[in-house]
Amino acid sequence: MRGPPTSGAPPVSGAQSYSQFGQGETQNGPPPMGAPPQRPPVSQTYTPGAVNLSGPQPPFSQQFGAPPVSMQQMTNQMASMQVGSTAPSPAGPGYGKYLCFCELICLLYIFSLPGAFGQVRGPQPGYTGPYPGQPNYGAPPAAPAPAPPATKRLDPDSVPSPIQVIEDDKANKGSEPFTTGVRGQAPPLVTTKFQVKDQGNASPRYIRCTAYNMPCNSDMAKQSQVPLAAVIKPLAPLPPDETPPYLVDHGESGPIRCNRCKAYMCPYMQFIEGGRRFQCGFCSCVTEVPPHYFQHLDHTGKRVDCYDRPELSMGSYEFMATVDYCKNNKIPQPPAFIFLIDVSYNAVKNGMVGIVCQELKTLLDYLPRENPDVESNIRVGFVTYNKVLHFYNVKASLAQPQMMVVSDVADMFVPLLDGFLVNVSESRVVIESLLDQIPEMFADTRETETVFGPVIQAGLEALKAADCAGKLFVFHSSLPIAEAPGKLKNREDKKLVGTDKEKSLFQPQVSFYNTLAKECVVQGCCVDLFLFPNQYVDVATLGVVPTSTGGSIYKYTYFQASSDQERFLNDLRRDVQKPMGFDAVMRVRTSTGIRATDFFGSFYMSNTTDVELAGLDCDKTVTVEFRHDDKLSEETGALMQCAVLYTSCSGQRRLRIHNMAVNCCSQLADLYRNCETDTVINFFAKYAYRSVLSSPIKNVRDSLVNQCAQILACYRKNCASPSSAGQLILPECMKLLPVYLNCVLKSDVLQPGADISLDDRAYLRQLVSTMDVSESHVFFYPRLLPLQKLDVESISVPVAVRDSEERLSRGGVYLLENGLNIFLWVGVNAQQELLQNIFGTPAFGQIDPNMTSLPALDNPFSKRLREIIESVRAQRSRYMKLMVVKQEDKLELIFKHFLVEDKSNNGGASYVDFLCHMHKEIRQLLS
Amino acid sequence: MATYQEFIQQNEDRDGVRCSWNLWPSSRLEATRLVVPVSCLYTPLKERPDLPPVQYEPVLCSRANCKAVLNPLCQVDFRAKIWACNFCFQRNSFPPSYAGISEVNQPAELMPQFSTIEYIVQRGPPTPLIFLYVVDTCLEEEDLQALKESLQMSLSLLPPNALVGLITFGRMIQIHELSCEGIAKSYVFRGTKELTPKQIQEMLGLMKPATSGQQGKPLAPHDAAAASCIFLQPVQAVDMNLTDLLGELQRDPWPVPQGKRPLRSTGIALSIAIGLLEGTFPNTGARVMLFTGGPPTQGPGMVVGDELKTPIRSWHDIQKDNARHLKKATKYYEALANRAAVNGHSVDIYACALDQTGLLEMKCLSNLTGGHIVMGDSFNTSLFKQTFQRVFSKDYNGEFRMAFGGTLEVKTSRELKISGVIGPCVSLNTKGPCVSDNEMGVGGTCQWKICSLTPATTLAMYFEVVNQHNAPVPQGGRGAVQFVTQYQHSNTQRRIRVTTIARNWADAQSQIQHIESSFDQEASAVLMARLGVFRAESEEGPDVLRWLDRQLIRLFMFHLRRSPFLQVFNNSPDESSYYRHHFVRQDLTQSLIMIQPILYSYSFYGPPEPVLLDSSSILPDRILLMDTFFQLVIYHGETIAQWRKAGYQEMAEYENFKQLLQAPLDDAQEILQTRFPMPRYIDTEHGGSQARFLLSKVNPSQTHNNLYAWGQESGAPILTDDVSLQVFMDHLKKLAVSSAA
Repeated sequence: MRGPPTSGAPPVSGAQSYSQFGQGETQNGPPPMGAPPQRPPVSQTYTPGAVNLSGPQPPFSQQFGAPPVSMQQMTNQMASMQVGSTAPSPAGPGYGKYLCFCELICLLYIFSLPGAFGQVRGPQPGYTGPYPGQPNYGAPPAAPAPAPPATKRLDPDSVPSPIQVIEDDKANKGSEPFTTGVRGQAPPLVTTKFQVKDQGNASPRYIRCTAYNMPCNSDMAKQSQVPLAAVIKPLAPLPPDETPPYLVDHGESGPIRCNRCKAYMCPYMQFIEGGRRFQCGFCSCVTEVPPHYFQHLDHTGKRVDCYDRPELSMGSYEFMATVDYCKNNKIPQPPAFIFLIDVSYNAVKNGMVGIVCQELKTLLDYLPRENPDVESNIRVGFVTYNKVLHFYNVKASLAQPQMMVVSDVADMFVPLLDGFLVNVSESRVVIESLLDQIPEMFADTRETETVFGPVIQAGLEALKAADCAGKLFVFHSSLPIAEAPGKLKNREDKKLVGTDKEKSLFQPQVSFYNTLAKECVVQGCCVDLFLFPNQYVDVATLGVVPTSTGGSIYKYTYFQASSDQERFLNDLRRDVQKPMGFDAVMRVRTSTGIRATDFFGSFYMSNTTDVELAGLDCDKTVTVEFRHDDKLSEETGALMQCAVLYTSCSGQRRLRIHNMAVNCCSQLADLYRNCETDTVINFFAKYAYRSVLSSPIKNVRDSLVNQCAQILACYRKNCASPSSAGQLILPECMKLLPVYLNCVLKSDVLQPGADISLDDRAYLRQLVSTMDVSESHVFFYPRLLPLQKLDVESISVPVAVRDSEERLSRGGVYLLENGLNIFLWVGVNAQQELLQNIFGTPAFGQIDPNMTSLPALDNPFSKRLREIIESVRAQRSRYMKLMVVKQEDKLELIFKHFLVEDKSNNGGASYVDFLCHMHKEIRQLLS
Repeated sequence: MATYQEFIQQNEDRDGVRCSWNLWPSSRLEATRLVVPVSCLYTPLKERPDLPPVQYEPVLCSRANCKAVLNPLCQVDFRAKIWACNFCFQRNSFPPSYAGISEVNQPAELMPQFSTIEYIVQRGPPTPLIFLYVVDTCLEEEDLQALKESLQMSLSLLPPNALVGLITFGRMIQIHELSCEGIAKSYVFRGTKELTPKQIQEMLGLMKPATSGQQGKPLAPHDAAAASCIFLQPVQAVDMNLTDLLGELQRDPWPVPQGKRPLRSTGIALSIAIGLLEGTFPNTGARVMLFTGGPPTQGPGMVVGDELKTPIRSWHDIQKDNARHLKKATKYYEALANRAAVNGHSVDIYACALDQTGLLEMKCLSNLTGGHIVMGDSFNTSLFKQTFQRVFSKDYNGEFRMAFGGTLEVKTSRELKISGVIGPCVSLNTKGPCVSDNEMGVGGTCQWKICSLTPATTLAMYFEVVNQHNAPVPQGGRGAVQFVTQYQHSNTQRRIRVTTIARNWADAQSQIQHIESSFDQEASAVLMARLGVFRAESEEGPDVLRWLDRQLIRLFMFHLRRSPFLQVFNNSPDESSYYRHHFVRQDLTQSLIMIQPILYSYSFYGPPEPVLLDSSSILPDRILLMDTFFQLVIYHGETIAQWRKAGYQEMAEYENFKQLLQAPLDDAQEILQTRFPMPRYIDTEHGGSQARFLLSKVNPSQTHNNLYAWGQESGAPILTDDVSLQVFMDHLKKLAVSSAA
């Protein structure tokens, strides 16, 4: 993620565009939300000399290096958009009156502009980049009405507000438990806190769909362009008030399954002939009920024991797998964790080695286990490396650990068998001695070169030798340039950005790691990578193995023990402790008519149906796209069953089953009424982020915009009541689609700023591929919480505000989080009392912008604020480092990057502008 | 004048030289007719307690291709301070330091009793001795324990400043770092992958880290020595550390499935040992000591696969060309041996196992570098333990009986050229005027490298008389040979030992009787036997026998023919290699014992006496002691054995019987004390299974075939189809007179 050190100072143009915006704003009517009336131009605070751009000046800085746009031009531009008289009052809940149609009508009259203006300068600086073919934003032919005096502009409050939607959903759905028994019912939004009662379908914590009412046939699906996908998080953690899946044992013969499609016993199986047979809900095949499973049916045709058996009444449950479900028909060994620590100069110097070793001493007591009272079965092993590898024998019987150096990195092997993987409690003394000595041994190292491929090979070979699955924790610092398999070159070339060759930067530079990843998957070797780079390390290549084995990548650029230790340690603790399954295979079965055709996430597929995951932890999500291969019936709906076969941390082989049924519709309106925009965005983001590997980014962006426009145009054409062509009509469920899509489009991967490194983009690209809906939601549309009116008594978190600078009050303090970072923005006019409460100092100038945690002050405000920060952190799978951003400080530019409704300084459109653009696209499609 | 026997004895005592002929035939033609070539056995470092080394440099002849050392045979003009080289007749003036010499004030090297003299010279800084243990861990627990103890014990025997290193191997090879505190570190290599010396040095960090643009270069020896410190440390510094390390040594942990041999990477282990030394201490005295308990089973140098169902190659397989790994492995070890020899490092092999361990393939490592080979059944035997201890035995000065990095140069007078040498050495390929084209043994050079020497190391030297028949040597002319041996003494001094010998020329036609009487039968036997063994190593067995039979018709040859040096029947290839290894380096006495074992008889009828090595010597009322060099057999005759069983020796009145029983034991003990390697000690009796050791050696004058025909009741019949000496002789006589030979 974009952190303070990488970004450096902002580009010059950023400051200018900021200044333009500010001026524009002052011209355009009353500022919303009680913001101070005028914002002084802040550009002065950034002298060009202070700008630290190591690379070449980005091209657009020249473009805008010209004198500021004249006031007149600005005014005209803005005025080209006008909210019609029917627009609701700006006070938020106003468009509630359209809810009866479940749609929003937003009227935008688009006026033609004097040609010259449109040609020379688009409404949006930088917009010419992404849409170069259409420099003229206003579409003259469609303009229906004569231009009224251009005095009004489109009020941001009049466009659909994400905050409003989130709050409405909380109010409407947050109070009652969500029961899964009703087919085709859309669950509450991810931002709403709710309880789930499993009554036959999987909880939305496990599966969320883009549409809960699927079109019956492919024509409809094609017409609507709404993606049909499910975001599945098979091992998702549940809140304490929800029951984890029950474990079902069908005995020695294994789980009962359909004879033909092999679907597992589930509530969709229809028992017939008095219970002697059952008909599969997926493929309609009739299968004998084995004698030991026979049960009589009641008068409604249900089995009498229906409610005693989770597999007949629940959406999610687990089966005990038999030996037939094990690799080589052998009960698996308990898995192993291997810690591989880079001990080259950089890793030692930045403190990583010391921190890891110190932390492991305590962390090893918290290895995953199923029963908290029993010791974990997981064995551990240790390797350190620079350009050679050091294995450690930590056998319990030894007085001192023994180090074995393998310098033959070209041909990796494990030098010892016994004593490498050990039980923590048995070898505790030796392990502690080892962890004490590692930092000492390498304290004076001068070795700067590292290897990487052999490190993973070593872990893999160790697991092979021990004949078990497991996870490697690799702590790595630099580009592996030492002579060894998987050696890499520095290929960071910013000149390729924006060209057709840009995609190559996301692809691995050598194929070695793809082959290695395959081998890892076969062995069930999951790789988690912790990176501590000081420069380019080629995340795109190093990440191949982690992302193919169900692993994670953590990146701590310019790691410094003092400021990043907390974040790293929290990530590490969570990563080591989190529940996970090993050597997993996931299969999604569907009812006849649709088929799972595409999969997104961290895994490997050797065929078209089996998702192989060397490791699957509770945070990993797999997004599955479905396509029609036949017709669905409204009667039966569409069923899907996701079965994950995995080895638990205690070494048990299990099957986790999630069932999901959605409705089918023959009317498009039904489809649009039961969509979930957050899930659609999750799918779109993953789809687009994968596409950048194969297509130029411009094409990816264009097709995203195009698909979105088609979705909305289809709605307009088929579902909305007839209205003026100048009106933008959005379906209620998708009214946030434009704003969220815009956020995806302007994300760092799809629209990089000059200050973002290739590594960061590759990192984010891989990160998004495993995100669940709530993570992707906050990642693309960060949560911005105003703190100045914080009610210290309440346990609730303040209502968020929209991600726009206009919403920030100069006297306020705001918290912004996106799942990777937390920012505390402090306005220059913030009250002294507020500052005193938070920072312990009344003066704005005395706030230390480098602090990474708030001082623990003994006042209710400070306590509540820290509680909020903690609770926000607890919701996310990665620990978020806190950064304090003072208004008008240079760090503010980073912060502004996350104000996603505003136009961004790398050329991303503002919400309003994008909405206009979207409208134009839709109109083009309709005409 | 003294008898020839006295002359020979005197010469041997003074110079360590035994010549086949002590009068040399004066022309090439006559020399060829004598069958046994002009040759000698030379023991370069023969222990001479009465020879104090001199502390100055030898004076050399100034002729560039001569450089002979000033010796008692040189003519000296004391007045002119000039001496004439007796090899090239160059006249040389003495160096300034010899200004004071006169007839009455002669330097030692001119005195006749100093025909052998030793110089201590200054050549660069002294380097410590290096001992690199290469230890097989695929041993039985008991064996490994015994080996560990022996190794720990040996640390106390090493000179305190000696550098010591440890490599252990099994399926993988570990080279242990000895300098570190806390964590025990080792570098691990897999046993299947052949590595170049450069790769090994790179992987051990003996290379400079690659600087920008250029590849890593080997460190200058001095830096490399510093870098290698982690693997080779002074004994006194790491004594404790290494003792602990050895103590904690575990058996190879990799599981050995049923029906498989353990995977033993001897080949790579040795290549790493040799690579380490050549990268760090080239041209420094070093011993690589390999302790192995079985054949190499993987990687380069593998001798047999790990499948137990395929047995290790036998002579039969080799003759049938069925030994798959033989050629490849031999080639591999030869290459290693040559690398070690070039750098002056020697390789010892201590192989203890019941089955073969691949000595046949690995023997060149020791044979070319002067290392020891010791073969035993188990490391947990006194044979191994005491032999190993004896490696570190000290002489009367308290110094180790080992020397390193020797080069032996031979200079001859003009009538003579050197044909070759047979012994634990390699050729240095130095051409010179005294090198014969006619090679016998390792020839074509006048310099040889002997990486490791003991006082017993004896080389066989073969000469060619080049004087033509028509150019007679003047009456009273003498042929001279000078041996110059430079070596590193165990106390790290550089020394040069010079031996100059001379023999009279004799005209074979007129003085044939004189030449005949100057014949040294014992030396000739050994010299010819060495030639035989040398050929046997390189040629097919039967051919060698035929060659030998053609060459010689002598009594001792009967036993040589039957000896394990030429006969492979009943011996494994490893055993043959082992026996031959020792035969080509031991001195004359020991070599004779090897050829014809000694048999002593103890009885009530008189003092102990040597008896014929014949089945007729095996009598019921005798105790026999047989010494074959490799075995020491005490055999109790039938009656004695019965008496002993009855316990007469315990009774006071039979004290004499007790003494009789004790006598051979005491004699055996004396032999055991001095011999290296320690012989296998066998105490057996009539009818005992171990009696076969005796029965296989004696001349089968009585066998089951002729028992009754012979018609005597003395002696013991031997169950063999081998011909007896009698038959052999009869046959020989027939051959000798027939013209068709």
